Amino acid sequence: MVFPGSNCDRDTVLSASFVPGANVRRVWHKETSLGDVNVVILPGGFSYGDYLRCGAIARFSPIMRAVAEFASKGGIVIGICNGFQILVESQLLPGALLTNVSRKFICKNVHLRVERTDLPHTRGIQQGKILKMPIAHGDGNYFADPATIDMLEKNKQVVVRYCDENGDATPASNPNGSINNIAGICNEHGNVFGLMPHPDRCSDAVLGNTDGLEVFRSFAP
Amino acid sequence: MKTKIIVTLKNGILDPQGKTVEHALHSLGFKGVRGVRIGKYIEIDTDSSNGGEVEEMCKKLLANPVTENYEIRSEGE
Repeated sequence: MVFPGSNCDRDTVLSASFVPGANVRRVWHKETSLGDVNVVILPGGFSYGDYLRCGAIARFSPIMRAVAEFASKGGIVIGICNGFQILVESQLLPGALLTNVSRKFICKNVHLRVERTDLPHTRGIQQGKILKMPIAHGDGNYFADPATIDMLEKNKQVVVRYCDENGDATPASNPNGSINNIAGICNEHGNVFGLMPHPDRCSDAVLGNTDGLEVFRSFAP
Repeated sequence: MKTKIIVTLKNGILDPQGKTVEHALHSLGFKGVRGVRIGKYIEIDTDSSNGGEVEEMCKKLLANPVTENYEIRSEGE
């Protein structure tokens, strides 16, 4: 999906097209139907300039109605960075993404512990694998009330967690203050997944890191 | 008609912006400042005087129900 201000759509299309057999296309936010798709990707960027709140306006784009319907029928949806922000604003995922506690825009590699490898977005990844992925965000601090956090942890809806190289979710490995080092979550049904790190920025061998490709490969039939 | 809305962070939500301003005020010599929280002020200019509409705007878009409270301060020409 491409919104005014999305800027990671090209990298995302390129990364997804590295998967053999993938047929990837862009859908402009004003469209009202998705057509025949298996996976919907909400890419990173600054939709609507992050005005009001990140993703707050994009969630009302015409195409989001079709995305919500697709998700309600079990369709596979992944939101990356701003895409994750749009998913929480749409309430397709619970919680909110606040400003990084440091108030700085952070652009660096992080390590992620993959805690769910049974999802359509992660089934290609080994259980317990530590992925290295870049983050680039100013508002990636995941927040939800204690009852919601409890539910997410109990239902194993935390898909990826910030950790150190050894897989320990230490405070030092948390780049933005997210509760419980949460980097990405899924909905109860497991078909909608949102994460702040960028698999689209580590899928090309020429960049020296293809950990992100493991997410895109998971979508292969 | 003009409606004034104040959007604030709920209690318990960390406000790094507020904290930063608090430290800045301390540096300026205002030692008595014990806390700062920063919110948003929104002015909506509408055709009719339909108060219920502004309430709906707040609920749907202007305030994030997970993290923010809103207060409709005043309505008038």
